[in-house]
Amino acid sequence: MNVRSQVSMVFHLDKCIGCHTCSIACKNIWTDRKGAEYMWWNNVETKPGTGFPTAWEDQEKYNGGWACEDGNLRLKSTSKTKTVFNIFHHPNMPTMDDYYEPWTYDYQHLFNAPEGPDQPTAVPISMVTGELINIKAGPNWDDDLGGSPIYAENDPNLRGLTEQQRQQLFAVERLVFFYFPRICNHCLNPSCVASCPSGALYKRGEDGIVLLDQNRCRAWRACVAACPYKKTFFNWSTDKSEKCILCYPRLETGQAPACFHSCVGRIRYLGVLLYDASRIEEVAKRPAEELVEAQRSLILDPHDPAVIAAARSGGIHDSVIESAQRSPVYKFVKEWKIALPPHIEFRTLPMLFYVPPMAPVMADLDSGTVKNVSGGLFHDIEEARVPTRFLANLLGAGNEGKVRYALRKQKAVRWYRRALTVGDVTHAEAAEMLAQADCSPEEAEAIYRLTSLCTFDDRFVIPPMHREEAIEMLADPLEHKQSTGFGFLTGPRRGL
Amino acid sequence: MNSASHYLDQFFFLALPYVAFFTFFFVTIERYRNRKFTYSSLSSQFLENQQHFWGLVPLHYGILVVLAGHIVAFLIPREVLWWNSKPLRLYILEGSALVFAILAAVGLIAAMIRRASVAKIRRVTTPLDWVLLALLLYQILTGIEVAIRYPWGSSWFATSASPYLWSLLRFSPDLSYITPLPGSVKLHIVNAYLLILLFPFTRLVHILVIPNPYLWRKPQVVRWYRPPAGA
Repeated sequence: MNVRSQVSMVFHLDKCIGCHTCSIACKNIWTDRKGAEYMWWNNVETKPGTGFPTAWEDQEKYNGGWACEDGNLRLKSTSKTKTVFNIFHHPNMPTMDDYYEPWTYDYQHLFNAPEGPDQPTAVPISMVTGELINIKAGPNWDDDLGGSPIYAENDPNLRGLTEQQRQQLFAVERLVFFYFPRICNHCLNPSCVASCPSGALYKRGEDGIVLLDQNRCRAWRACVAACPYKKTFFNWSTDKSEKCILCYPRLETGQAPACFHSCVGRIRYLGVLLYDASRIEEVAKRPAEELVEAQRSLILDPHDPAVIAAARSGGIHDSVIESAQRSPVYKFVKEWKIALPPHIEFRTLPMLFYVPPMAPVMADLDSGTVKNVSGGLFHDIEEARVPTRFLANLLGAGNEGKVRYALRKQKAVRWYRRALTVGDVTHAEAAEMLAQADCSPEEAEAIYRLTSLCTFDDRFVIPPMHREEAIEMLADPLEHKQSTGFGFLTGPRRGL
Repeated sequence: MNSASHYLDQFFFLALPYVAFFTFFFVTIERYRNRKFTYSSLSSQFLENQQHFWGLVPLHYGILVVLAGHIVAFLIPREVLWWNSKPLRLYILEGSALVFAILAAVGLIAAMIRRASVAKIRRVTTPLDWVLLALLLYQILTGIEVAIRYPWGSSWFATSASPYLWSLLRFSPDLSYITPLPGSVKLHIVNAYLLILLFPFTRLVHILVIPNPYLWRKPQVVRWYRPPAGA
């Protein structure tokens, strides 16, 4: 057992209102720069929908992630041999057209336009070339277009759905969609790291955050192609790849990442998970339908004395172990089993988990009105507006059972609370539902509290990052006196 | 021999190479030590993907093979002469070298057209990029010209350029190998020195950071502040 700690995340999709506050917080702090205008380290997608970059989930198009063949894991986009031959032209490299060309508006024209019969307009101009452009796509281009035949119908997760299930999703006036916020998953088996010819990408040993060393990146572009979530981005101006850094400067000072901190719906949870690093490869090779369970088995119980002893001998600080014991992510993922990894069939073992959304599932009955009393108890989940097949393609590697389990437990918690507070559900009925959903009243209460009444400190259990042990502490501070500080001291300029 | 051309030869084939190589080593090392961030291939594939393939792939394969040929002839001239002693082998060597040189020329011209015609690529092109591209084009074209006009280069390179370069390397320069060579050959050599001189200031430095460690490193990379025992 090789115990390591990983800062992990849970996004509760039922609470996401699609306001994009997270995206804006991130953009304002990190990607509001030349070359990074088109990047959204955090973005919120409408599902069903094609997402950003367009159809990123379609690995027949992008060739991201891992494949498991003959018991061997290999990257779909590259290999040691392919790196040699594809270094001049990466065959799986997406281009700016797959994202969108960033633009601004010629506001000066509003002031400079000669007098005429019409109001002057501010025409869009490209932020790359500075020339007039015809806008074809933008961030959240398919926002809220749940029933769109151009966007939603091309959602790769619709594969394997019956015609009837598709019609259910696209029926006029009964359209259904939900939001899917995304950041880097800080995977345990990251394909971006494994693909980098320069070794610029790395996982931080202490907290598992995946970072990209700007000084080592040589623009070979392999990470952009290899990440199946398309969460490494190519800065066209500095010619370096960039990615979500999980706001590590904020984490190191005890603050939640900006997207977490600003989340209006309070959908985001952050905490440490302890896991067994020696089993990563074995788990990543498991058959697709077993992957969710296999990844859970990697996550270790932070209360188990054997785990604690192994963690200590692995150099994990007691304060981090204690933080892991209070981790909300551990509860959602491991104890309650209601948070699921996105597209774990890409085999990168993502450490961002999603609680599947109930709202569009349950809004099926009575023409959109949520039905309070359930005769067949879990009947409406089986005939959900959003088919569990769709959610399973997104969050369960096709394993519908995992999604159904999470939905049933959430519904049981709601009915349990209804029985307590509203009273239109009998206690016997609620108890019966809890029993069927594999949930004790104590657990239901805990889920209810962490979902509905969660405070800042409940949602974000940030481990001490122990910067006092960091490498900079060994450097001479006087050397950096009156300069910009430690680390990167020169302006990021393209070339020499 | 008049004295003007003597001094020109001294300048271009004695002074220039030493200046070029000194600059090359000094600046590349200093740049790597102090401005590591600037070491990049400055790829523009993200902005344009179609023409990129038809330009960059032939250019790189062409140049790599031709350059390797020059280096081999410099390192093992005797063996090259032995190989060339049979006409058929000579024709195979020269023919394939010419094919790769033409491949490089076609690729370079395609890359230049791409740089000039695609608005997004123009945006990320500096004047120095154009100087570099012009020098490279000149180098390839004079190379092809020399190959066609003065056969068989692979043989006479081994008996003139190679001993000349070795004499430079041994710090006992002997220009007698090089002074009788025709003008276009000399221009090819001088342009090569200019490229070496310019090398450390341009995107060419990406050649020096080819990702060889990737071929034998483990797939995953983990960095620690304080590596635990056994990690």
